[in-house]
Amino acid sequence: MYETAYARPRTLEEAVELLQSDEDAKCLAGGMTYVPTLKQRLAMPSLLVDLSRLLSRDIAVADGFLTIGAGARHVDVQRSQIVRETLPALAELAGLIGDPMVRNRGTIGGSLSNNDPAADYPSAALALDAQITTTKQQYAAADFLSGMFETLLDDDEIVTHVRFKIPVCAAYSKFASKASGYAVAGAFVARFDDDVRVAITGAGPCVFRADQLEEALKGDFNVWALKGKTIEPEGLLSDMHADAEYRAALAVEMTKRAVHQITGA
Amino acid sequence: MNKISLTVNGNKVEASVETRVLLSQLLREELGLTGTHVGCDTSQCGACTVHLDGEAVKSCSVLAAACDGAKVETIESLSDHPLQEAMVRHQGLQCGFCTPGVVMSGLDMIRRHGSSLTRERIAEELEGNICRCTGYRGMVDAIYEVSQDV
Ligand SMILES: Cc1cc2nc3c(=O)[nH]c(=O)nc-3n(C[C@H](O)[C@H](O)[C@H](O)COP(=O)(O)OP(=O)(O)OC[C@H]3O[C@@H](n4cnc5c(N)ncnc54)[C@H](O)[C@@H]3O)c2cc1C
Ligand code: FES
Ligand code: FES
Repeated sequence: MYETAYARPRTLEEAVELLQSDEDAKCLAGGMTYVPTLKQRLAMPSLLVDLSRLLSRDIAVADGFLTIGAGARHVDVQRSQIVRETLPALAELAGLIGDPMVRNRGTIGGSLSNNDPAADYPSAALALDAQITTTKQQYAAADFLSGMFETLLDDDEIVTHVRFKIPVCAAYSKFASKASGYAVAGAFVARFDDDVRVAITGAGPCVFRADQLEEALKGDFNVWALKGKTIEPEGLLSDMHADAEYRAALAVEMTKRAVHQITGA
Repeated sequence: MNKISLTVNGNKVEASVETRVLLSQLLREELGLTGTHVGCDTSQCGACTVHLDGEAVKSCSVLAAACDGAKVETIESLSDHPLQEAMVRHQGLQCGFCTPGVVMSGLDMIRRHGSSLTRERIAEELEGNICRCTGYRGMVDAIYEVSQDV
């Protein structure tokens, strides 16, 4: 790891100032992605702005929305009574991330800011039409999660909160890589009064919605409605773990499993 | 250089560290606490697990500079703990390289779940501790046994 400066600001204003003071400054939250990145010398920031004790870890429900502070660790979401009652699928998703030590440090804000194509939270954010609040503005998850390891964040912008729309019911199903634990394909299915949203992670360069599957489920929210429905493999990822065709098939299968978890049939 | 002061196994420690010094390096190289092992140094194996403010973390993935004001507990904080004794009795270790991490993870599980811990849950939560020798059976039994006594 290259040597770099380190600061632990006490307020968000101070953190933003630090990020603005130095164009190669980077923020650090749980460090579960960024510390390994630094150790591999894949990044060379001049200053690390440590947000880990600054960002809110609060979790609250109001008016049909669940709001989570960007500093909430995966374990906070996994164990939160509020999340378990209002959006159990999200608590389950958090419990599937990495392992207990990773969940003790990693944050929801860090996961969304990193937008790893195989990460779990982006699928929930997209399926639950999340609003992502930063020190500058609010974004719809669909815009914010803009590409492979890419978001709309500026260098001096910090995610502070994530607000999920609470569905009637939802489920997440993940086919995890045996080696890394990350999703080879994962599907987050959310059913609202007047809508069904299916977000697929792991399969493509960035989380995406499966239109054909959503349409079928809007007609009839049942596993059988997905019979013969597919996801187009073109543009999906191919690597030594799985090729695009297999990932496309797996994503449909994960969607079926998620629907099955909800309907129980 | 970052000036930090923290508590390690109950002792006050003052140190001056470069930002790139990891908690695992501070413990092993500065403080001589080599019970914390570094198996992979890539956040995968869990041999370096310690408790940071009461929670299990991979010390190879935490900057020492970020531990200013924190309380750290390593395997050296234990002596003749029932879990260590149970690990021996159930043959939860062979070469012993992963063992400090497994014990610190096991204690974290016991603290969180107490006697509601099940063998399935232990196996699931050992996800972050890789053992190349034992096949995990003995360590699951050891953690389970101790959890039932709390
Ligand atoms: C062994 C292991 C297994 C894992 N398995 C999984 C898995 O199965 N599924 C999964 O989804 N993830 C997995 N992860 C990744 C983990 O979830 C990370 O916690 C997460 O990707 C990043 O969160 P963090 O808080 O650690 O962020 P950091 O590593 O601190 O930061 C990541 C990036 O986001 C930026 N950033 C962080 N917080 C903010 C913020 N509030 N505003 C703006 N930018 C910010 C940082 O500058 C950095 O670029 C795993 C990690 C490890 C080490
Ligand atoms: S040495 Fe830290 S996880 Fe392997
Ligand atoms: S006892 Fe040898 S690695 Fe676990």
